[in-house]
Amino acid sequence: MAKYLIKRIFYLLLTLFIVITVTFFMMKLLPGTPLTNQQKLSPAQQHLILKQYGLTKPVWQQYLIYVAGVFHGNFGTSFQFSDQPVSYLISSRIGPSLLLGAQAMILGVIPGILVGALGAIKKNTWVDSTTTIVSILGISIPSFVLAVLLQYYIGLKLGWLPIADWGGFAYTILPTIALAASPFADTARFIRTEMVDVLNSDYIELAKAKGLSKWGVIYHHALRNSLIPVVTIIGPLAVNIMTGSMVIENIFSVPGIGEQFVKSILTNDYPTIMAVTIVYSLMLMVVLLITDIVYGIIDPRIRITNTSK
Amino acid sequence: MESNENILEVNHLKINFNTYAGTVKAIRDVSFNLKKGETLAIVGESGSGKTVTTRSIMGLLAANSEVAGGDIQFHGKDILKMSQKELEQLRGAQIAQIFQDPMTSLDPTMRIGRQIAEPLMVHKGMKKDKAMAQALEMMKLVGITDAEQRINDYPHQFSGGMRQRIVIAIALINYPEILIADEPTTALDVTIQAQILDLMRELQNKISTSIIFITHDLGVVAGMADRVAVMYAGKIVEYGTVDEIFYNPKHPYTWGLLSSMPTLDTNGEELPSIPGTPPDLLDPPAGDAFAARNAYALKIDTEQEPPFFKVSDTHYAATWLLHPDAPKVTPPEQILERQEQFAKMQKDLAQQGHHVEEEEEKQ
Repeated sequence: MAKYLIKRIFYLLLTLFIVITVTFFMMKLLPGTPLTNQQKLSPAQQHLILKQYGLTKPVWQQYLIYVAGVFHGNFGTSFQFSDQPVSYLISSRIGPSLLLGAQAMILGVIPGILVGALGAIKKNTWVDSTTTIVSILGISIPSFVLAVLLQYYIGLKLGWLPIADWGGFAYTILPTIALAASPFADTARFIRTEMVDVLNSDYIELAKAKGLSKWGVIYHHALRNSLIPVVTIIGPLAVNIMTGSMVIENIFSVPGIGEQFVKSILTNDYPTIMAVTIVYSLMLMVVLLITDIVYGIIDPRIRITNTSK
Repeated sequence: MESNENILEVNHLKINFNTYAGTVKAIRDVSFNLKKGETLAIVGESGSGKTVTTRSIMGLLAANSEVAGGDIQFHGKDILKMSQKELEQLRGAQIAQIFQDPMTSLDPTMRIGRQIAEPLMVHKGMKKDKAMAQALEMMKLVGITDAEQRINDYPHQFSGGMRQRIVIAIALINYPEILIADEPTTALDVTIQAQILDLMRELQNKISTSIIFITHDLGVVAGMADRVAVMYAGKIVEYGTVDEIFYNPKHPYTWGLLSSMPTLDTNGEELPSIPGTPPDLLDPPAGDAFAARNAYALKIDTEQEPPFFKVSDTHYAATWLLHPDAPKVTPPEQILERQEQFAKMQKDLAQQGHHVEEEEEKQ
């Protein structure tokens, strides 16, 4: 297991390096410079500033300088905010994003599993139709539409929860719901399909023939086997939540990195774009690593430790 | 160890399936009984209703099925009228089942010890430790080597034959009165097949259970069963003891089945087969369902269903050929040979009987 982990972490770093390289050069293909909207500066002044930030050097030199900096933990200084190191910018903003992401994941996946399973167990009844409709709504309504609806009805009309801003658990509820809708719907749909299959399998028949009750069969045999493929979609769901957070954080004025990311792209804030991309990639790769480990726990057939017989 | 006490009686069972295409009459008036300690084989081709019959005994019919008539008597109660709760108490305790494909009938994510112990925990409320200890005993009984080490393994760590032994262990852990074996060796290769059949015979003696053995393989039947029921298109067409069915068959369908089975004398020549396909049970034909494929069919076969004609106390066949007024037909050559062998066996038996009587007289 330890050997496996070390290997995986090595690959993770390698992937990260490739991500840094690709992002760096793609970013340089973007039109404009960080000073595009600063018409008040004369070309000479602009050149001076660009030179100060090292942006007049050939791109490959800039790349090497950046990579060397990253290896020393130096992500550069933001162009947007005066004298703010990017590392500080991110560390001060990652908290709300992680909190929202984690809450949305839990709120999406766990009820998704329950609702999906219920749909499969009550297949072709009104329960099944209802859960299917709910999950189709969850998939087809974009998160930003849901966000605005939540703000208007629950925040403004009913006044139950704050409309936007950040300042305690109550402020996280609406953005979490908006973010969780799509993972919830995906999970529910996935689990339903999977469980319908599992419930038709021979080992479920055998479990029934053993005399287990209906719920005994589901709890002891069907659920765990239906969960195996769901583990696979946790990676894509995490991506879903991360990209969703960029919009949702903006709508709810959450001081997270998603909001920061959008701003930095709009202003060609190179160091921030790079750093946020690295953070997102890292989060995704950690989720994938955890997924693979969870896989082994749930499904003995692909357990990582040496169980060869 | 056989007795005449009926442990299970199936009377005039009729089961339909409601499908989009219409009502499929899968079981059309099936009656049979199972005696204590015996092995009853039900043979027939795919779709003849063998599996549906056993599912109805387990109370595990599919949701779109409907019992259109009949009853299944077990210890004075009708299984078809039992509540879900009563059925759960029955399944895995008094009536257990072995399934066809051992590769798919074990839960891939549960340790096999736990899977074997589960019926004990469910039915006897046994604590896990105690149930696991009994599961270990059962694993040894069904011939799993290194049972102590393997009890915590998962199904994918076992071969097909071993998995079927595990399935048998699960079925027998509560010493059921009836064991339903639904093609238990079909998915296994021939040498493993023989091992599993040996094991089943051995265990039947040890725990004296009655077996309903479902198969389409007559070769397996010969070595396993005491009595045989031949099913065709949702009906039993002939039943009798193993010798009667193998050596003195009366129904043309049984003739067809037996002729298409290779024997030791089969030498390269093409095996005979039964022409045509089974009838559509959405709309079963009037008269004998086998008539269309039957070279010996009479006119009445297409008009009226044949009743059972008695051949001996234990042997009945539903074919008009046995009617006193029916024309005499000559069965296929292979069947004639079988009947000759049977006649000889009967004679030998009778002579042996004489010897015994004579010896008894001397004493």
